[in-house]
Amino acid sequence: MATAAAHDTARTQAYDARDSADGTGGDTAAYERAFDSAVAADDRIEPRDWMPDAYRATLVRQIAQHAHSEIIGMQPEANWITRAPSLRRKAILMAKVQDEAGHGLYLYSAAETLGTSRDELLDKLHTGRQKYSSIFNYPTLTWADVGAIGWLVDGAAITNQVPLCRCSYGPYARAMVRICKEESFHQRQGYELLLALSRGTPEQHAMAQDAVNRWWWPSLMMFGPPDDESAHSAQSMAWKIKRHSNDELRQRFVDICVPQAESLGLTLPDPDLKWNEERGHHDFGPIDWTEFWEVLKGNGPCNEQRITQRRQAHDEGAWVREAAAAYAHKHTGETGAMGA
Amino acid sequence: MTTTTVPTVAALALGDDALALSHRLGEWAGQAPVLEEEVALANIALDLLGQARVLLSLVGDEDELAYLREERAFTNLQLVEQPNGDFAHTIARQLYFSTYQHLLYAELASGDGPFAPLAAKAVKEVAYHRDHAEQWTLRLGDGTDASHERMRRACEALWRFTAEMFQPVRGLDADLPGMESAWLESVGDILRRATLTVPEGPRSGAWTAGAGRQGLHTEPFGRMLAEMQHLHRSHPGASW
Repeated sequence: MATAAAHDTARTQAYDARDSADGTGGDTAAYERAFDSAVAADDRIEPRDWMPDAYRATLVRQIAQHAHSEIIGMQPEANWITRAPSLRRKAILMAKVQDEAGHGLYLYSAAETLGTSRDELLDKLHTGRQKYSSIFNYPTLTWADVGAIGWLVDGAAITNQVPLCRCSYGPYARAMVRICKEESFHQRQGYELLLALSRGTPEQHAMAQDAVNRWWWPSLMMFGPPDDESAHSAQSMAWKIKRHSNDELRQRFVDICVPQAESLGLTLPDPDLKWNEERGHHDFGPIDWTEFWEVLKGNGPCNEQRITQRRQAHDEGAWVREAAAAYAHKHTGETGAMGA
Repeated sequence: MTTTTVPTVAALALGDDALALSHRLGEWAGQAPVLEEEVALANIALDLLGQARVLLSLVGDEDELAYLREERAFTNLQLVEQPNGDFAHTIARQLYFSTYQHLLYAELASGDGPFAPLAAKAVKEVAYHRDHAEQWTLRLGDGTDASHERMRRACEALWRFTAEMFQPVRGLDADLPGMESAWLESVGDILRRATLTVPEGPRSGAWTAGAGRQGLHTEPFGRMLAEMQHLHRSHPGASW
């Protein structure tokens, strides 16, 4: 393959450059050329490859935020595990929340290949220095919210994440392949849950419609600020971390959801939503960016609650992790894999 | 369908055990001390929920049985309905129950009774649950002074619910007295390796000897059911 060959050449040049370098970074230009040609050739950057510091920092930030979103995202759904209305739904929900913990684990591992650690990242989450997706700052008020999260929130996540399966950083791209498979399963389950409610009693139908009304706009906000206000977009696209702009992905999501809402027998809460023949896309109404920035700043309905619960679980679990480390130390001479 | 009569009382007892413990473990979601335990506890909860669904379905409609019976009609052990407490309490409950379940399902799987097919599948899951509980009992008991003390307290607090597991259950064709000595040996061995001592208190009291099996429960169980059943009961006849 031409691209692989190009990358091999680039990587060899980079290694040669490193070998001949004096160790003080005098040959950075050669590394940069190798990196740029690997990215241009659509090849993957791997943990041992040289990469620009800013590329590394961007990836750590993005992967960590993604991992944090998986584990904070367990909370709104776990809120309904003990109240799930049938044993089948309860099993599905438990399996989903378990998958999210697993996704968090993959993603922390991917971030660790960039030279950070899970403990360090969790600390940044707990102290508010790193963020998680703002969508999880909304409360799950009824059982139908579990379905709306599956259909809309997971649907938006998939729209965002499928292109990440081709992200230039190998470990992230590979984690996303596994995650996207499970996410699309969750999304179908959420849709099916809403369908059952929509076709159920009038009360169940109303519950489903109310949930969609509350989750629609926050789901559209998951794609991030409009392109002209997105701080990291241009660089991320140049590095092929990102493949499409926020607004492109948001439009794609709207176009996917409209027919799905129709077959669900539910409406989307946007009077301006209509097909635009000329553009070949749906036009939709303005997003309340004030709300978006407020939630991002910590003023959403559940910001405080989510982070408090996460900190509490971590703090209350400290003695358990310390016990595991002490036991491992006594019995294997190692410090243990649980951290402290 | 075979013509084997399903022993209703036994199926309900075992099904209710799995249902109640699964629910308790589900309460840990998002609260576990480390991410790996989010996965492990949810995994165990799911296995138990799967067992409960098979067992309750042998008796009738799984959702009717889970959501529409009142507290006095549930026949689970008092052990499995105990609140999670701290991680040590959860692990002690897991150790006691999974050791029992492993012995029971191994025996049922080796026979040809009505529970043999279920037991053959469940025994593999339960072996994993038992291993998980054993590993954590060792880590907590033989970890730090603080974890040792918490584990000791947890083992003692739950000890008085352990005799109930070996009370006879109508239709459960298993050598429960023989299982009881094997259970004491197995749990005793793990506790000693965890530098803990086998609790000395009674393994049952006036109210704990067989009480759960007769529909006599501890107070936290009613609140657990209220939460579990609320939504289902609010929409009579709806399907989900």
